[in-house]
Amino acid sequence: MFSNCTAIFCWPLSKKSADMEICRHQDQIEISELDPFLAELLRQIPASTNPDGSPTAEDRLFSSPVGQGGGDLGAEWKLYVKPELRRLFRSATETVSADLEQLNGKEKPFANRTLRIPTEHADAWLNALNQARLVIAAKYGFTESELCDHYRSPIGSRRDLSLFQINFYGFLQEFILRELGWSVDPGD
Amino acid sequence: MAQTDPALSILSQAGDISTVTTPTIEKETQGEEELDLPWQVVVHNDPVNLMTYVSMVFQRVFGYPREKAERHMLEVHHKGRSILWSGMRERAELYVQQLHGYLLLATLEKVG
Repeated sequence: MFSNCTAIFCWPLSKKSADMEICRHQDQIEISELDPFLAELLRQIPASTNPDGSPTAEDRLFSSPVGQGGGDLGAEWKLYVKPELRRLFRSATETVSADLEQLNGKEKPFANRTLRIPTEHADAWLNALNQARLVIAAKYGFTESELCDHYRSPIGSRRDLSLFQINFYGFLQEFILRELGWSVDPGD
Repeated sequence: MAQTDPALSILSQAGDISTVTTPTIEKETQGEEELDLPWQVVVHNDPVNLMTYVSMVFQRVFGYPREKAERHMLEVHHKGRSILWSGMRERAELYVQQLHGYLLLATLEKVG
């Protein structure tokens, strides 16, 4: 059974209308017409979640739980909770990596690809996509106004590409959330 | 005919009610931790996390209905922070841990 939700991701300011299609089947989310560039961006998700070499990104993934008068929670947190969070994040990334193996088939190098994500992996995808977006944003120090500029184009630098990557991953998150029934009322 | 209160009946068997002495209150020896003053779970604004995602997390972690979750999400968005829950420290810590699992900026704060 197909849902009636189909989304099309368009290149920024592009005249092309359908670079990629994404739709929900009963137990999987199918992303089709993935051109090599978008397929490569998806392949980059696991690597993008790695905060190594950026203390800012590491601090964002493992932010302090201590607010005003939080006491000694920080020490306990580092000892017990942080390793558990690290394990949780790694597990989500591994699930996504396994799903992304579909993109490493033997099709022609420039052929469009299709990726099928089991809905039971949706939480892992939401988590890994969020990790990737947070790490990229922290590494490049994007401002709030830059993050809200969804039409920035063309992609002329590594920084622009990273912003596009954040927006693309956000688009996937929104679609997954909508398909899981978590969409926010647009009237709000 | 009025019935006798069973509790009074038991007390009267044990002795005259008027002879019950006021209990002596021992000096409090509990520390601040044991008294378990109220703690609050605070979520802070983050320009990267999607509004839909944050609303979903509030519904999942706290079991809040969608309207309440969205109200808190919008409070975070507009005011920079929102108090999601107040209560005993142990549970507050668990909530903060869950929120960090979803990569939200959440802190534990003492009330007052």
